Amino acid sequence: MTSEAFAVLTFGAGYNTSVVLAGVIALGIGGGVIGVFSFLRKRALISDAISHATLPGIALAFLAGVALGGTGRNLALLMAGAALTGAIGILAVQWIRDRTRLAEDAAIGTVLSVFFGFGIVLLSHIQTLQAAGQAGLNSFLLGSTAALTAGEAQLIAGASVAAIAIALIFMKEFGAVAFDEGFAAAQGWRVARIDLIMLALLLAIVAIGLKTVGLILIIALVIIPPAAARFWTDRLGRMVALSGAFGGLSGWIGGSISALFPDMPAGAVIVLAAAAIFTASLLFAPRRGVIAWSLHRLRLRLRAAETRALLAMADGYQAPDALARRLAGWRGYTDAHGQMTVRGAAAAAGAAHQQRLWRAYRQRHPDAALSFNPLSGRRIEDALSADIVAALERDSA
Amino acid sequence: MTAADFLSIDLPAILVAVLAATSCGLLGNFLVLRRQALIGDAISHVALPGIVVGFLVAGTIATLPLMLGAMAAAVIAAGLIEIIRRVGCMEAGAAMGVVFTAMFAGGIVLLEQTGASNVHIDAEHALYGNLESTLWLGLTAWSDLLTADAYAAMPRQLVTLIGVTAAIAVLIAAFFKELKVSTFDPGLAASLGLPVRTISTALIVIVAVAAVAAFEAVGSILVIAMFICPAATARMLTDNLARQLWLSVAVAAIAGIGGYFLAAFGPQLWGNPNALSAAGMIAVVAGILQVAAMLGAPRYGVLARTVRNRRRKLDLPA
Repeated sequence: MTSEAFAVLTFGAGYNTSVVLAGVIALGIGGGVIGVFSFLRKRALISDAISHATLPGIALAFLAGVALGGTGRNLALLMAGAALTGAIGILAVQWIRDRTRLAEDAAIGTVLSVFFGFGIVLLSHIQTLQAAGQAGLNSFLLGSTAALTAGEAQLIAGASVAAIAIALIFMKEFGAVAFDEGFAAAQGWRVARIDLIMLALLLAIVAIGLKTVGLILIIALVIIPPAAARFWTDRLGRMVALSGAFGGLSGWIGGSISALFPDMPAGAVIVLAAAAIFTASLLFAPRRGVIAWSLHRLRLRLRAAETRALLAMADGYQAPDALARRLAGWRGYTDAHGQMTVRGAAAAAGAAHQQRLWRAYRQRHPDAALSFNPLSGRRIEDALSADIVAALERDSA
Repeated sequence: MTAADFLSIDLPAILVAVLAATSCGLLGNFLVLRRQALIGDAISHVALPGIVVGFLVAGTIATLPLMLGAMAAAVIAAGLIEIIRRVGCMEAGAAMGVVFTAMFAGGIVLLEQTGASNVHIDAEHALYGNLESTLWLGLTAWSDLLTADAYAAMPRQLVTLIGVTAAIAVLIAAFFKELKVSTFDPGLAASLGLPVRTISTALIVIVAVAAVAAFEAVGSILVIAMFICPAATARMLTDNLARQLWLSVAVAAIAGIGGYFLAAFGPQLWGNPNALSAAGMIAVVAGILQVAAMLGAPRYGVLARTVRNRRRKLDLPA
């Protein structure tokens, strides 16, 4: 088992498995890269409307394939059908949002449910036909890698790489539109057109991934990796790279597991791998992660309590609350009887001096002082330049 | 079609469809107005893992454990969405997308791994529902509807839905003012001393109950459609909340009945004996009604607006 797992993970388990795995990884990277822009544009869920809107297209393409005398299971034809109704779905969302009083969320919900409903009606019609290969259509709902041929996997990989390339070419424009629409418009760019290119790429990834991940879960591939990457960085380029890497990693893990356990639905496993990466990011990312953020808050609280204690002691009182009192004891500012020590006296005098300077600063520059938290315990020498501090010393003397 | 066929096959299906559409449609009004339309989408997805876990814990597919499981899943999902939104400073849509896809994926893996998929729960069934298989056995003539025996044999889904729809109607009527104020102006509601957060949590719990009750019979896709389309259609037609609620019920009922008939008997019109998916068709009819309202609504419709704008342009001095 272990050696088999190793073989799959390292592309050593036969040509077909390896090609399928490469296809899924390329798809994951593509979803991660392209998803960044709709995520930053705060329109992550538009992909939900797109993916559900592809179902009638798949069914119609199947019917067209059967009518033309084939089996209807040509992946390229099905993808084209999916892209067609997906595009109509995108335009419908835009139309409802721009031309009626309904908001974008209602527009997305309408399109996804009505298009999907229509797709189900068509599927129920297809089920009554005596056409070959109709059973395969259900795999578009939840996806499967088991039925993927090497040729199909190559198609998926190639299309993913093309979509990634286009996304990287337009990265500057996408980024500008996502962060500052007004700025992008002032640059002379057509915001609406850039939006459409972005949505077209999103549609491409959805259509490419339908067969593997399934249309219900494909949106996870364009939402979860960017959401995870956002915890690690504030820079667009790095976020795109990280998100692509997270997507590729999810594809690699998910694709391998579903190669090892054929009845594990590939799409679900890929999404769970992505969700695990997201959870790890949510918890452990520096600065924005839950743990780093909680530690930061704790540090601020302690520092504020210490300042509170010292200021009270400087005025000859006891520290005002239990936390501050205990902290003063720990830091050696007070002895076992709660009396101020020599060390405590020095620290209290220092804190009082700091407070006098900050107060003077507030009087002189009330507007600028707003951006400093008086209880954060930050030393004024660290925050302001030496000449301003010297001036404040003169003021407060 | 005989009366017996209609009574035992079509009547229960139509009743289930209309009740499911009504209960979801009523709640949808508040979701659409609060810009939370996609909560219905998220909840109907996370219901799947909830139902699977409920089944695994209870060991049966009785309604109560499944519904409790789905409600718990909905509340957990709502909590997770809120945490991710706050901690990650993320837009609600992205947080929702992360949570519901992950939970849905977990549900699917659980289904496959525990063998629960053999007993009446499977992902496709959860999507399409099973409207056509709700049978009211023992009804052979219209007069049977007047006997007590007939009601003892009423299909379980129908009983559940009658209860849930009645409860939702009563709750909305009882808390109409609170819901109205907290929906349109949360700030005012808070200053009036209304528990705004409790109201929105309660709304999500009730949405989950409605989703699960309907979900079993009509599938998640119709649930999503009914949370949005009737309310959106009604919203195009009126500015008055009470009127909007009534209109949405009417739209839901028309879509339920019309969609069912189109799916069951439509294909026969051109000589195809096979019925189409009723749940899908109801969603399509609801969509058609919404498009009609978006285009033709007297005041807010696109056509009326275009005409008004053109007239205004003509009135301008040259």
